Amino acid sequence: MRQLLRAVIFGILGYLVGAVLTWLVRGGSLGDEVCVVFGYVVGLVGWLFGIGMGDTWVREWFGLPARESEVTGWKRYLGFSTNHKVIGIQYLATFIVVLLLGGVAAMIIRLELAQAGEGILNADRYNQIMSMHGILMVAVAVAAILGSFGNYLVPIMIGADDMAFPRLNAVTFWLIPPVAIGLLAAPALGSFDAGWTAYPPLSVVNNGGQILFVLAVTTFGLSSILGGLNVITTIVTMRAPGMTWGRLPIFVWAAFAASMISLLTTQFFAASLVLIAMDRVAGTVFFDGAAGGDPLLYQHLFWFYSHPAVYVMVLPGFGVVLETITHMSRKPLFAYKAVVVSLLTIAGLSVIVWAHHMFTSGMAEYLHGPFMFATEMISVPTGVIFLSAVATLWRGRLWMKTPLFFAMIWIFQFLMGGVTGIFLADVVTDVSLHDSYFVVAHFHYTIMGGMIFAFLTGIFFWFPKITGRMINDRLGIIFAVWLTIGFQLTFLPQFWLGTNGMNRRIADYPEQLEGANLFSSISAYFLGGSFLLLVYILLSAARRGPRAGDNPWNASTLEWQVSSPPPEHNFSGQPTVLGHPYGYGTAGSRHAEFAGVTTGGPTPPEPTGAGEGGDNE
Amino acid sequence: MAMTTTPEAVHSRAEATYRPAANRLGLWLFLASETFLFSAFISSRFVVSGTDQPEHLNQGLALLLTLLLLWSSISAFRAEAAIAHDNRRLFQREMLTTIVLGLLFLVGVGLEFNEALADFPANTIYGSSFFMLIGLHAFHVLTGILALGVVWNLGRLGHYGSDDHWPVEGVVKYWHFVDLMWVAIYPTLYLFGGS
Repeated sequence: MRQLLRAVIFGILGYLVGAVLTWLVRGGSLGDEVCVVFGYVVGLVGWLFGIGMGDTWVREWFGLPARESEVTGWKRYLGFSTNHKVIGIQYLATFIVVLLLGGVAAMIIRLELAQAGEGILNADRYNQIMSMHGILMVAVAVAAILGSFGNYLVPIMIGADDMAFPRLNAVTFWLIPPVAIGLLAAPALGSFDAGWTAYPPLSVVNNGGQILFVLAVTTFGLSSILGGLNVITTIVTMRAPGMTWGRLPIFVWAAFAASMISLLTTQFFAASLVLIAMDRVAGTVFFDGAAGGDPLLYQHLFWFYSHPAVYVMVLPGFGVVLETITHMSRKPLFAYKAVVVSLLTIAGLSVIVWAHHMFTSGMAEYLHGPFMFATEMISVPTGVIFLSAVATLWRGRLWMKTPLFFAMIWIFQFLMGGVTGIFLADVVTDVSLHDSYFVVAHFHYTIMGGMIFAFLTGIFFWFPKITGRMINDRLGIIFAVWLTIGFQLTFLPQFWLGTNGMNRRIADYPEQLEGANLFSSISAYFLGGSFLLLVYILLSAARRGPRAGDNPWNASTLEWQVSSPPPEHNFSGQPTVLGHPYGYGTAGSRHAEFAGVTTGGPTPPEPTGAGEGGDNE
Repeated sequence: MAMTTTPEAVHSRAEATYRPAANRLGLWLFLASETFLFSAFISSRFVVSGTDQPEHLNQGLALLLTLLLLWSSISAFRAEAAIAHDNRRLFQREMLTTIVLGLLFLVGVGLEFNEALADFPANTIYGSSFFMLIGLHAFHVLTGILALGVVWNLGRLGHYGSDDHWPVEGVVKYWHFVDLMWVAIYPTLYLFGGS
C-alpha cells in the first residue's frame, strides 16, 4: 500500500515536472500536446520509481543494497511483488475488470445501434465509445491469458520456482495501470475517436485525447515485449531436469510461440504510434500526403504487428483449450508434435500476412495475390490444431465439467471464425465485405470466441488450483450455455447485416437494417447479463466454494502435484521429469517425480468418482 | 529422488545454474526486439522518400561520427576484456574513454541537427526520416552512456571481478548493438541514392 501511494504521488509529481518544464521552455499552454507527452514520460518514470524500481534496481545502480518488500497477505497484490503467482493474479483481476469495462462500452454501442438515426449518442460520441471499446478489448485479448496463466502456470508447469526475471516481471505488470489511466483520462483532452487502429490522417488531426491513446498504447506495447522476453527466457533456461522440449505441456509451447510474436513484432506497433506522435507533436510529415508522406505507411507498420497480435491472442487460447481437453477426456493429446510444429508455423506465417487488411486501401495490386495465398496458408496449421482437439475428444472418457464444456464450445466458436475468415482472406470477396459488419462478426467469433472462451475455459479449469476452492459446476454450465446462446444471437445477425450493406464503425444505418440490429442489440444485453453471473460464480466460489484439494481433475502435469494454491517456491524439492505429460491410459507412462511423488502413473485415474468435481457436496 | 532440503536452498541452487544463461538470452532477445524497432524506422525512410537525398548533407561530420562510434566499440571491448582479467585500472580508463566518445558523438549529433534544421527541416519528408532515425539512435546512445556510467561507477567502487562481471558484459553488448544500428543508419541516410 505504501508503495502504491508513493507511486501515485511520484507519478503525479513527475507529470507536473515534465509538463511544467516543457511549458516553461516553449511557452504556449500547459495543456499542449508537447507538455502532455513530456509530462506523461516523466510521470511514467516517477510511477515506476515509486512502485518499486527505486527500492531495487535504482539503488543497486548506485551500489546500495536493494530494499525488498516484505509485505504479506492480501496487501502483496497491491504492491511490487516479484512472485510470479502474485503477478499472475494481479493480471487476472486487472483484466477481468478491463473486460467488464469494455463490455459496458459494448452495451452502450448496442444501445445506440438498436435503432437507425441518432439515438442516445451523437456520431462523435459514438466513435469515442467505439474506440474505447476496441482498445480495451484488444488489451484484454493480448494480455489476459498470457499475463495471468502465462505468469502463474508456465514456471510451475516446467518445474521452475519463478520466472527468469522476477523484477522485470513486476515492472511488466506495473506498466499496465498507467496505460489504463492514460486511456481513461483521454476524455479530459477531448477523447480519441480513430478506432483502436488509429489510422492517419484522422489520428494526426483529431482531438488531443489521441496523444494519450498513443502514449498509453505504446506503454502497453513495452509491457508486452518485456513480458514475452521473460516467458521465452524462462522456458529456455529454467526447465527442470528431464523436461525436454518434447515433454513440455502444450500450454507452455503455446505461450512460447505467442511470446515470440509479441517480443518481436510489437516494436512495429510502437514504431507506428511513435510516428503518429511525431506527426502530431514534432511537426514531421510521415503521414501527410501533401508534403510527400504516405498514410499507407502507417497501415503497413501497424498491421505488421496487429495481424500477428491476433495470434498473440489466440495461440495461448489454443494452449489452454488443448490442455483442458486432454486432461478432461483422459487421453494423450492427439498429434502432440504436429501441434507444436503448427504453433510455431503459425507464429512464423503470422508476419507475412499483414496486408490482407489492406486489400481495399489502394496498395500496389501485385501484393494482393501473395498476401491472399499466405493468409490462406495459415488455415493449414490452424486446421491441424482443430484436428488435434477433435481427435483427442474422439472416444475419450469425457468428464463433462464446466471447463470441458467451454473447451468444446470453443471448438465451434473458432470454427465459425475460421470459416468466415476465408471470405475476408480472399481478395475477390473481401473487396465487397471489407469494413462491413461481416468483418465485425468474424473477428468477434475469432477473438471473443477464440480467446475469451479459452480464457473462460482456463479460469474454470485452473480456478481450483489458484484459489484452492471449487466452482459451482451447475452454475458454470448454466453460464456457459447462457453466454453461448447470447453470443450466437448477437453475432450471427451481424453476418447478414454485413452482407446487406451495414458498415462498421458508424452510428447510423439505413432503416431497412433496423430489425436485425434491434435483434442483435437485445441479444447483446442478454449476452452481457451472463457476465454478471460469472462475477457471482467467481466471487461466491472464492469465498465459500468447497475445498478443491491438490488435484481435483486428477491431471498429470506438474502444477496439479503441488498444493492449491501452490507454496511460495512452488516445489519442496527439485522436480525431475521422466516422460511425456499426457500419458493417460498408456501403460508405464510417468511424467514427473519430486519429493517422492510420481505423477502420470501407469494406471490412468478414472474420471468417475475420482476427485471432487465441484458440486457442492 | 528429491532431497529433503528447504525450498529456499533449492531455490538458490537452481538460481546459480540458470542465471548466466538466462541473463545472456534475455539480453539477446531484447536486442532482437530492438532490431525490429530500428528496421521499422529504416524501412519507413525508404517507403516515404525512396533513395532521395537532400542537396546538403554534411558527409564529413557523418564520417567523423561513424569513426567516433566505431572507436568507442573498441574501447568498450577493451574495458570488458580488462575486467575479465581483473585489470581494474585499464577497465576504468577504457570505460571512461567509451563514455567520452559517446558524449562527443552526441555533441556531433547536436551540430548535425543544427545544420540539418536549416537545410531540410522536420516538415519535409526527408527531414522527417532524418530526425526520427537519428533522434531514435541518439536516444539509445544516451541510455547506453547512462548504463556505461553506472557500470564505470560501480567498478570504481570495487564491484566486479574476473568471474563476476555480467553487468559489464551486458552493457558492453548493448553498446556494440547501438553501434551496429548506426552502421545501418549511416548508409540509410547518407550513402544510399544521391548523385
